[in-house]
This record gives sequence, structure tokens and C-alpha cells, in this order.
Amino acid sequence: MPEDHHEDIEGLKARARRIRRHIVAATTAAGSGHPSSSLSLVEIVTVLFFGGVLRYDPDDPHDLDRDRFILSKGHAAPGLYAVLAEAGYFPVEQLTDLRKLGSPLEGHPNMCRLPGVEASTGSLGQGPSIAIGHALAIRLDGRDARVYVLVGDGESEEGQVWEAAMYAGNHGLDNLTLIVDRNGYQQTDAVDKIQPLDPLDDKFRAFGFETKVIDGHSLEEVSAALDWARGVTGKPQAIIARTIKGKGVALLEAKQGGWHGKPIPPDEESKALEEIGAAS
Amino acid sequence: MSFGLSHIDLEEGTATRQAFGDALVAAGTDERIVVVDGDVNNSTFTNGFMERYPERFFNAGIAESNMVGIGAGLAAAGKIPVVASFSTFLMSNAFDQIRMSVAFPNLNVKLVGTHAGISIGEDGPSQMAIEDIALACSLPGFTVIVPADAASTTAATRAMLEREGPTFLRCGRPKVPVIYRDGDDFQLGRSNQLREGADVTIIANGIMVAMALDAAAALAKEGVEARVVDMHTVKPIDTSAIESAGNETRGIVVAEEHLAYGGLGATVSMVASEKRPVRMAFVNLGDVYATSGKPDELLVQYGLTPAAIVDAVRRVLKD
Repeated sequence: MPEDHHEDIEGLKARARRIRRHIVAATTAAGSGHPSSSLSLVEIVTVLFFGGVLRYDPDDPHDLDRDRFILSKGHAAPGLYAVLAEAGYFPVEQLTDLRKLGSPLEGHPNMCRLPGVEASTGSLGQGPSIAIGHALAIRLDGRDARVYVLVGDGESEEGQVWEAAMYAGNHGLDNLTLIVDRNGYQQTDAVDKIQPLDPLDDKFRAFGFETKVIDGHSLEEVSAALDWARGVTGKPQAIIARTIKGKGVALLEAKQGGWHGKPIPPDEESKALEEIGAAS
Repeated sequence: MSFGLSHIDLEEGTATRQAFGDALVAAGTDERIVVVDGDVNNSTFTNGFMERYPERFFNAGIAESNMVGIGAGLAAAGKIPVVASFSTFLMSNAFDQIRMSVAFPNLNVKLVGTHAGISIGEDGPSQMAIEDIALACSLPGFTVIVPADAASTTAATRAMLEREGPTFLRCGRPKVPVIYRDGDDFQLGRSNQLREGADVTIIANGIMVAMALDAAAALAKEGVEARVVDMHTVKPIDTSAIESAGNETRGIVVAEEHLAYGGLGATVSMVASEKRPVRMAFVNLGDVYATSGKPDELLVQYGLTPAAIVDAVRRVLKD
């Protein structure tokens, strides 16, 4: 049976540290990948998987009563893999096989190869539509499962995100929660310089969502927002989580706009892990 | 429409899109089947299903990318989604969603494109899917079906829903001649030989099957015996029928309502060149977009006629 997994605040902090360490170690071992885009979503996935939100069972990943978490910004795969390993879908030792030939931990998530991955993503903008399909099936079957989809702010430039938002809003899909990892940067520069999105919460409200803007690195705020989302009826919910690209590693935080799709060099790894803090 | 038929007398049947819509209603007793349509349900004929099973019908509006993604999510959640629109808006507009959200994860989504080809007529080239077979065949794991008439579309719809895996079914707008009776043998991936002949083989699908039969009747009057094969499944293609054609006849003509590149002709050539190279000729739309016009006028204008098939046979048999 899918169940929620509720850890106290100290437990959540330790999980977040471990997830950050996994992200750094896996991408540095791989020699490529997107650590900065993964580090911004750590508190969000930590609360989803360990803060009593998602009901899941790693031994039965296809149970139709499970809640779903869809990572639409597929390049943050190292963050997804880290939380799935922590949750028990596969051994944490496998994380450093990231991007290696033969490993199911591909550069972007492949749902056919790794349990717990709900959607194959990496071509941006597609996760919210897939999430709607799940939400409609759940509603049709009369189940009380919920669907959470995490999109990037740069990703929100894709038209399909807004096709999906229009549909979810117009059909009152209250079992759907969309979370924006608003880290402010895309590949070449700040989102505000490329294609400003503000007022992003107003945009989602105009499309029929209930919205909240939070500090995406506050475990308490993320937890409160996800509690709030579960209480909303008749409308989908959008949580705009303000985050920092590369959060937790000084080297990346200092160069936010200029650090996309690059691992931390091996000679900087131990310093990064030290900044993140001990695993337990 | 006459489809240029003058040597055989085939009764006019219903359109393949209508047969698909009717078969879908009949299949709807399976509660796993759901339909997502791009607000053209009175054209794709999914409206029969909508009226019968409104709770399992979703109108995605004019937003094909989202429509395909919703279908993918429904399939991942255990449903059997039929995602329908005009073939060009489905396959061309939403191609990356089909690639990324359906083909790559190998989800059990049934894509149905109607109004394919130039036989839609007056609405013109923006509405004509003539690249759709190439796009669908390029996707790993996809089954691609182009039925010739109503009865085979009914059988194809049933087979598509029973078979697990991503599928593209291509239907047309006009009423088409009757070639099969209900209950005739139809298996995905196995072509149907409709006429025996030892001189040449004509491989066709969709509306070109009736024309191939007409061309074969015309050729018989000249003493040329043409085998006619309905290659309704373009992928996976019936390689043994192509090999037999190569071994048992002097050449192959491939006729289809599609551009030259990436369609049935390209696929048959690939198989024939490896298994049994023979002389070949092709009847298709070449490398151009069509225009507006009456369907029969367009078929003549763009060379999709029984006479064009006869000419292609002569090219193949020329010493």
C-alpha cells in the first residue's frame, strides 16, 4: 500500500543534506550533468517524499493509488535520482553510475528503465500535460491520489505549459499541484533578461489556479504550502517556489547565471561537500 | 467521388473516419478506453463515443501538444487513450510530444489522424497530411496503419485497441469504395493479397488500393497480370509479401497518397533492396504540396489515378 513518510524537521534537514551530497557526487563522478538546476529543488523534493506529502511504496511503484511526482524539468534528473534512492527505489550506491553506459540513471529521466520515474522528460514543457492525464485517470477511477508536477521557470516559456494550465484550470483539477522551481536562471542568462515571467502567480491565477509564492529553500514554508495545496478544492494549485540555482555550494551560488549544465570539478568537490554539511 | 475507377465496379461505402468512429463506440464497453480529441470530434467522428460515454471523453480544445501529453498521462495511469484530430495537426503540430511523451516511453497511446492526404479537397494544403506516414514510421516501436475501406478500418480499430503499444491509424475524409466485407481476415502486419498475378505486383494502401484493383483490371485487358497487395500496415511491414513479390513477379509498383520521402514506397524499397532487388516504380505525391480543388480533380492533377499506376507498371515491365 502506498503510504506517506513523515520525518521531523531534523530528519528533513539531514535528508536535504544527503540529497545535495548525492547531486554533487553523482554529477562530478559523471563529469557532466546539471548540479545547479538540481540543487535548487532539494527542499521541494525533500518535503514531498519525506514531509508526509507523497503516498508511495517503492516495492510497488505502479500501484494506481499512489501519488505521482513528475519532474518536468528533466535536466534536474540528478535531484530526482537522489531523492528516489533516499526513498528506497534503488540503492544509493547506484547514484554514481549516473550517465554511464548501461546505467538506468540516464542524463534525463527514462521511466522505462528506473522505478519511481513517473515520466520520461527532458524536452521541456511536457510534464504538466502528462500530469493532467494522470489526474483525469485518477478522477475517473474515483481514487484520492494526487499529482505533483515540478516545472522550471525557464521551462515556463514553453507554450505547452500554458495549454496545460488552461486545461487544468478550466477543468478544476484540484488533485493537481504544479510547483515552479523559480531559480531565476536559464541556460544563457537570467529568466528576467531572456523572457520575463512576472507576475507569474497572477498568470496562473488568471488560468484558474489557486497560487502561493514561497521561499523554496524553507522546509517549513514548502511543507505549509503543500499542506495548503491538499486543502484546496475545485481548482488546481500553483506554488511558485523562489529558489537559488546551485543552492548550498558557494562556487555555484556565486556564478548562478554562468553555471548551467556543468559539474563541479573534482578538485572542488570536497569543499562543496563540506559546505553542504555532513550526511547525517 | 469516382477515384478515377473505370474498369471495375465497386460499391460506394462509408468514409474510413466514419468506420473508425463507429468501431470506437462499439469498443467502448471496455472501460479502459478513453478519448481525447482536439475539438474536431464532429469531423473525426469521435462524437459517437462522446455521446455514449461522456465521462470518458475529453475535449482538449485547440491545443494538440497538450492533447497528446494528456493521452500519455492517461496511458501511464492504465487507460487506453485514443487521441484523435486531423492527421496533420496531430502528427505535425504535436510531433515532439508524440516522440517524447509517447514513443520514447513506449506508452499505449492510439493516435488517430483523419482527413489525411489530398483527397480532403477544397480545404487545401494546410489541412492535408501528406507527411504523416513518414513522421509516424520514424518513431521506434510505432505501429502504422493505413486502411483502404470501412470494413478494414473497423477491423484495424479493433486490432489497434487490442494490441499493446503506440499506434498511428490514418483515416480519410471522403466516402471510399467497398473492398472488404465485415469479418474478412485482417491482421496487423500481414498484408492482404486481393488479386493474383504473375507479371507484376502493385502494393498500395488507403485510397490507392481501389485504384490498384482498377489498374490491374485495365492491365488484364492487355494481357498483363498484376498481383495487388493491400499493405495496410506500413510498420511493421509485411516483409515476406514483398520478398514473394520480388521472387514471383517481375517488378513492384508502390502507390500511396503521401509524399515520396519516408512513406510506403520508401519502406517497401528498403525491404526489397535487401531481400530481393527488383525493378520498382512509384505513384505518390512526389515532393510538392498540393492546392485546393475538388478531390477527384486533385487526384488527377497530382497523378494519383489508376492510369498513373498503369503507366508505372509499364515502366517496370519495359525491357
